[in-house]
Amino acid sequence: MMFVPGNNPGMMADAHIYGPDSIMLDLEDSVTMAEKDAARLLVHNALKSIDYGSTEMVVRINPLNTPYGKKDVEAVVKAGVDVIRMPKTETADEVRELEAEILKVEEEIGAVGRTQIMAAIESALGIVNAYSIATASKRMMGIALGAEDYSANLKTNRTPGGAELLLAREQIVVAARAAGIACFDTVYSNLDDMETFRKEVELIKTLGFDGKSIINPRQIEVVNEVFTPTEKEINKARAVVAAIKEAQAKGSGVIAVNGKMVDRPVVLRAERTIALAVAAGVISEEEAL
Amino acid sequence: MRNSKVVSLEEAIQLSGLKDGQTISFHHHFRGGDKVVNMVVDKLAQMGFKDLKLAASSLSDVHKPLIEHIKNGVITGISTSGLRGELADAISHGLLAEPVVFRSHGGRGSAIAKGELKIDVAFLGASSSDELGNATGHGEKSVCGSLGYALPDARYAKHVVVLTDNLVEYPNMPQSISAADVESVVVVESVGDSSKISSGAIRDSKNPRDILLAKQAAKVIINSGYFKDGFSIQTGTGGASLAAVKYIREEMISRGIKASFALGGITAHMVKLHQEGLIGKLIDVQSFDKVAAESIHNDPLHQEVSAVEYASGEHLGSATHALDIVILSALEVDTKFNVNVLVGSDGIIRGAIGGHQDTAADSALSIIVCPLLRGRIPCVVPKVTTLITPGKSVDVVVTEYGIAVNPARPEIAEKLKEAGLNVVDIKDLAAKASSIIGTPDPLPFGEKVVGIVMNRDGSVLDKIYNIK
Repeated sequence: MMFVPGNNPGMMADAHIYGPDSIMLDLEDSVTMAEKDAARLLVHNALKSIDYGSTEMVVRINPLNTPYGKKDVEAVVKAGVDVIRMPKTETADEVRELEAEILKVEEEIGAVGRTQIMAAIESALGIVNAYSIATASKRMMGIALGAEDYSANLKTNRTPGGAELLLAREQIVVAARAAGIACFDTVYSNLDDMETFRKEVELIKTLGFDGKSIINPRQIEVVNEVFTPTEKEINKARAVVAAIKEAQAKGSGVIAVNGKMVDRPVVLRAERTIALAVAAGVISEEEAL
Repeated sequence: MRNSKVVSLEEAIQLSGLKDGQTISFHHHFRGGDKVVNMVVDKLAQMGFKDLKLAASSLSDVHKPLIEHIKNGVITGISTSGLRGELADAISHGLLAEPVVFRSHGGRGSAIAKGELKIDVAFLGASSSDELGNATGHGEKSVCGSLGYALPDARYAKHVVVLTDNLVEYPNMPQSISAADVESVVVVESVGDSSKISSGAIRDSKNPRDILLAKQAAKVIINSGYFKDGFSIQTGTGGASLAAVKYIREEMISRGIKASFALGGITAHMVKLHQEGLIGKLIDVQSFDKVAAESIHNDPLHQEVSAVEYASGEHLGSATHALDIVILSALEVDTKFNVNVLVGSDGIIRGAIGGHQDTAADSALSIIVCPLLRGRIPCVVPKVTTLITPGKSVDVVVTEYGIAVNPARPEIAEKLKEAGLNVVDIKDLAAKASSIIGTPDPLPFGEKVVGIVMNRDGSVLDKIYNIK
């Protein structure tokens, strides 16, 4: 998910050419108070007029308790945004409030249920409430960590190893999995240190995240490299899936691949590996069957 | 020493026998740091010369004092590869009575060799010279490396004056300009501002669009069928061109492929590949940075060539005829693959033909790397503002929205499609650009011809009209 400032038409015009899975146009922290209205108009028009292809379009709105939040919701829902990202989410009630706002606009334009919600969790309270936030609405597609505000709230600093974020990251993954939605990690802002960035992406992949938030197209390649399954992983996954299909055809329950017993978690992991490989374009959908 | 040719600039001009109405010439190896053109023309003006024709290999921002000399009638004609800055702006608005004649580097070399462009007196800056006029691009103060664009002038001009800020003991050999061709040597305080002659270390582009274009260009090369052991390559100095070299290098290492030579303006990137053993020889008409300038001085496999040897269309021995792959940039490309690198979308001259026509025409595979949009300016258009390189010379156009292949090269399109690259119709690219930013208003050109674009064979390709 690539962050693009909502007040920069040049960047908005062609952010999709770099091939991010989703683009988050920002109306919140990257836009100054004086530019809030102009940025909202720009983002509205970008969503309506630019052909972003199959890229998922997300807009980060201002909090609903600011003078801008509700206007943001109205502008982006009317422009047909896929996902609204709610910043600094701390409670399930806030999510429900956003849901009500979205519904109001959707009813007005006759498109009820079109807009999804992603909640950014950026405080200790939000982390404690992660599961209730994740399950607050049918529209919830995912939750994400916002590490700058979170670490400030914890009264600590961000470090290259990310020890201060460990509990928050694990809590978000666990809450998302329990709720059956996606989870996204925070941004890494030092563009000149690709090595530490790669380590961080490897870490969050291991923790179970579905993806990483990025601030520059140069980071896309690293995320894709880390998240794209290797040829060996793909082959192993295919062997598992083929074996389970064969077993199902024969009506036998338990199977083994290369002498190891294959149970349900192994099959699920194999299916996920193949889905990732297809998403990354390493294998085609036909090859995945 | 005996027979020393060292004289003052004024004496050199007197000795040359220069008369009003005649042609003087200059090279542009000192680029944005050049002091020779302004110094010599100032002196000629002081001495009362009028109606001189200035034949430069190129002119840039630094030459804006020429505006006054044009207004005063000292300079009444210009031929060059390019124009930039305030001088270009003034000429685009009709400053000069005669149109400027634009030639490619190879075209200028041929025109001089054939006598179509006759030079009466060549004033050639050099980084060092001895008292007899053996001159090079290597010296203590103003280092430029290759003097390739000055060599036709040195050989064919009726009278040659070398200007240097580093007089060295005879013999200054091996030399680029031979004392046999030189009539006078003038020692000056400085021939160029070295900080503006060339940049220092390699700087890789961090612009994500450049990187995207570079990766696509590298993929085109790698899958074109021309990427095999012994291939040869030329690249420009733009961010995308230089970044492409990085990706080509990685692929050369992984496949064990080596290039026989790299040609053209040589950069530190090419020197690095050569030193790593990935490129056999460097053929250098112009050294773009300090690393290249040092290398040409120290490495016998890094050779200087003249503009004629580099890119003449008339001389079949010129290096471009042996060139496999060239990566070039563009201000505009049109749906017939014609390229403009000279006149901006505002109708003002802001570029140079350089070796564009020459390398595109002679190479086996010419690749134009060009963003579809520069801000609100479309770069793939229905028709170029000014025709510089005819579409028949252009094989592939790489943009961030897809790769267009000239229909005359279906075999390349086939190979690129097989490799999974996004090959599109160039008309669709133009349509895409126009769908994003609309159709610009036509430019307010006037009736006066301010520039003539020559093809490298000496025919006229296009005319540039004044902008209102």
